[in-house]
Amino acid sequence: MTLEDIARVVGATSLCGEDKLAAIEVPKAYSCDLMSDVLAFCSPGAMLITGLTNIQIVRTAQMLDIPGVMFVRGKRPQEDTITLASDSGIPLIITQMSMFQVCGMLYAAGIKPCFDVRREN
Amino acid sequence: MSEPIHIEHDVAADDYQLAGAASNNVKETLKMLGLSSSICRRAAIITYEAEMNLVIHGGGGRIAANIDQESVEIMAVDRGPGIPNVELAIQEGFTTAGDRAREMGFGAGMGLPNIKRNADIFEIDTEVGAGTTVRTVIYFQHGQ
Repeated sequence: MTLEDIARVVGATSLCGEDKLAAIEVPKAYSCDLMSDVLAFCSPGAMLITGLTNIQIVRTAQMLDIPGVMFVRGKRPQEDTITLASDSGIPLIITQMSMFQVCGMLYAAGIKPCFDVRREN
Repeated sequence: MSEPIHIEHDVAADDYQLAGAASNNVKETLKMLGLSSSICRRAAIITYEAEMNLVIHGGGGRIAANIDQESVEIMAVDRGPGIPNVELAIQEGFTTAGDRAREMGFGAGMGLPNIKRNADIFEIDTEVGAGTTVRTVIYFQHGQ
């Protein structure tokens, strides 16, 4: 699925990088509000789904080359967060849905987890 | 590269706006040198966690990276309060971070463990009341 497909599934709108959404393929996602957990467990190529909106979310995305970030619960980040993401070429999208609902819908649509415990067992 | 490359950045205490800028600079330099995405990712995680430690715990400090043909060495140096119990501090989940760090998504007790996990060499030199130096090395042939 592309980021554009993902945005459509969960009714998300673009905050920046809208022109890139159709070109970015996203096989996996990681949902978390702890940036150190993101740094520890987010696989290469996975998008980030989070309820935090501060500038360190974009810094974390920069470090891991995260292809896009989705904010849940309709929490709009501050302008400095959007500006840094825009300058870094990282698309940001926002949905009114809860993290639980977003994760359920994207999992059902075929987005994979970063590590699948059932498969490993 | 023919000559070793040295990068150094001062990191301010409690500056959560600018935190991560030094790490991004180190990472972009490594990418520019053509190192593998795996190496760049490991170095970025180490540098960023170390930088956040300087911001949250160290009272600010200095991030330095030395890159040669075989490895990248990343060092974080502060003159902060030091770590009374290093064994405890490198356990996942142990933290002394305050509310501000937690609001930013840090302070989960994963910083030093994340640094250690991504380094081929991990050394920590600390003295209570004098400061902490974290030194890591990533060898290129191990992570290509």
